[in-house]
Amino acid sequence: MDVLSVRNVYDDAERAKDKKAALGADITIENFSDETVNALDMIDDLDDLDKQTKKDLLQVGVDTEEKNRSGSFLQVDQSNIFTNNSMSDSIEVMNMGVALEKYSWLEDYLWNVVKPDADKYTAKTALNEQENGVLSGYFVRSLPGTKEVMPVQACMFISDEDIMQTAHNVIIAEENSELHLITGCATGDDVGSAMHVGVSEMYLKPGSKITFTMVHNWAEQVEVRPRTGVKLMDNSTYINNYILTSPVSTIQSFPTAYCDGENSRAIFQSIQGGKKDSIIDVGSRVLLNAKGARGEVISRAVAQDESQIYARGHLAGTVPEVKGHLECHGLVLSDDSFIYAVPELEASSANLEMSHEAAVGKISEDEINYLTSRGIAEEDAESMIVRGFLNMDITGLPDELAEQTQRMIDMSLDGM
Amino acid sequence: MLLEIENLAVEVAGKRVLKDVNLSIAEGETHVLLGPNGAGKSTLFLTILGFPQYDVVEGSIKFKGQDITKLSTAERVKLGLGVSFQTPPAIRGVSVRDLLKIESHQDMDEELNPRMQELAKQLKFSDEFLDRDVNLGFSGGEVKRSEILQLLAQMPDFTMFDEPDSGVDIENVELLASEIGTLLDKDKPQGSRKRSGLLITHLGYILNFVSADRAHVLIDGVISCSGNPIEILEDIRKNGFNGCVECAQCL
Ligand SMILES: Nc1ncnc2c1ncn2[C@@H]1O[C@H](COP(=O)(O)OP(=O)(O)OP(=O)(O)O)[C@@H](O)[C@H]1O
Ligand SMILES: [Mg+2]
Repeated sequence: MDVLSVRNVYDDAERAKDKKAALGADITIENFSDETVNALDMIDDLDDLDKQTKKDLLQVGVDTEEKNRSGSFLQVDQSNIFTNNSMSDSIEVMNMGVALEKYSWLEDYLWNVVKPDADKYTAKTALNEQENGVLSGYFVRSLPGTKEVMPVQACMFISDEDIMQTAHNVIIAEENSELHLITGCATGDDVGSAMHVGVSEMYLKPGSKITFTMVHNWAEQVEVRPRTGVKLMDNSTYINNYILTSPVSTIQSFPTAYCDGENSRAIFQSIQGGKKDSIIDVGSRVLLNAKGARGEVISRAVAQDESQIYARGHLAGTVPEVKGHLECHGLVLSDDSFIYAVPELEASSANLEMSHEAAVGKISEDEINYLTSRGIAEEDAESMIVRGFLNMDITGLPDELAEQTQRMIDMSLDGM
Repeated sequence: MLLEIENLAVEVAGKRVLKDVNLSIAEGETHVLLGPNGAGKSTLFLTILGFPQYDVVEGSIKFKGQDITKLSTAERVKLGLGVSFQTPPAIRGVSVRDLLKIESHQDMDEELNPRMQELAKQLKFSDEFLDRDVNLGFSGGEVKRSEILQLLAQMPDFTMFDEPDSGVDIENVELLASEIGTLLDKDKPQGSRKRSGLLITHLGYILNFVSADRAHVLIDGVISCSGNPIEILEDIRKNGFNGCVECAQCL
């Protein structure tokens, strides 16, 4: 780990280990226990998982039969129990420990686009790595000039009570390549409380494309703090889709895309359904740092029960000739829930174009009446409107993946 | 009587819009409702339909002999009421196809039934159009045609049309009129018609293609005049609605 020490990663982390995050409730990390890395046995086949786990995985888009996939990765608690790297010649899927042994250059990609001293959660992850080595999380890479349309599936699963799961993922799309990922996060049925911190760093080389579709299905007492940074080089495209419709204790994330390359483009699309007393604070940020860069942040949020949703979006244009659009629509279904939309536009250069559109309100009575006048009961009308509202058209996916994603969305919306 | 409205007074947002409305429509009959802008025509429709913001403060509405004044909209629709709206709302994520399936009591997983597919074609809707979100970005004419198509899926016993011809070009009025005729059993001889309707029209152009049995003029929340549709329209064209206020003999 010399390179990382030279870059002061661990010193920075040490100094930040009590640093509160800028947003979200402050979680007492000490309430959760560290798991020994790779304490669980590897499995030979995803099919060997028990029936309930299979169902949980399917719910978040992870197919244990690996149909129409180009690779698989499964981490349970702090153990990588399954990796399938032999499904595509274009794609590499490895456990981080294995990847670092294979590629000495990979260290340069660690703690680069996510800072170890961002807050105490990133610091904790870095300090864990200092102690044990960088062993959890996945490495996925598409080789130069390749275009694999089938997605890699990666899953973070928490199986045990009160544990803290950390992961450090690196995703690289080499020059002129295309890479699709489905990542699911879930907890076992009997897990009450737990914590998840996932650090993800993504790098898009010139002319490449990554789509990253994430479905979260945590338990009601799980604290979730993903930390994601994406670096885009010339003419690259990043598409991030996020779906959360099941209860969680608190989730706070604010993935940031750095459009550093000319004509690079980042799109964030998210569907958030707040239930019970979930506190969901999910935003997306795009920094438009190069000529011709474009950013789009689109979110739909529905708050019910006693849930609270903070829907944030931040676009910052620092150079001329960039374009950004932010769109946030929210529906508040109960008196005890709320949505706080925070669209931010920041322009520090002339000759750029940025816009935003935000609308938060209750479900329209006219729409309910219209449907009841066609013989639909009021309750059914409401749920049709809510589902229709959340069911946004996800753009930018290959046909097969688009269909799968639609099925995942349908499944997530079934409970709404 | 199929529909019997007696001494109906209705408040909307605290304002009394309908004052004392009496109106009866027999099985198989088509009536026309005329009146100036803001007279309360749409309010009367939506009250008959049972929208919650229309507060019935006096009187009653009977349908098929049953007092429906207190029933919910969905319950009234089950009894056989239907309406085409003057300006329906757009609903994101709810397609015309989905609605047609629900309205024709089909399973959502099934393909749209052949009858509806055929009717959609007759109303000049392409297959792709049916997958669009209902009323979202529809042109004026498309809104009206989609309303009629949905009614054809429901086939109500009593249908109210709120300005089905406004903003529709001549060619399309004829098309709509022929489908409205289907909804009102116009293809059957007068004596054996079962379906009934109430039609709001401003210019009366559609009456050239849909025959009506009787017309009523609603002014300021009261029906001030009823009679032969052709004669009343003629009179309004000549003398405006003022003529109706003065006209006591048709009452
Ligand atoms: N929801 C409402 N809130 C407030 N006022 C209303 C509401 N609905 C109707 N009104 C008022 O009641 C009156 C009658 O309206 P209505 O829409 O019934 O008229 P109309 O006869 O259909 O007119 P038009 O020919 O213009 O369609 C108008 O003054 C209108 O502003
Ligand atoms: Mg009207």
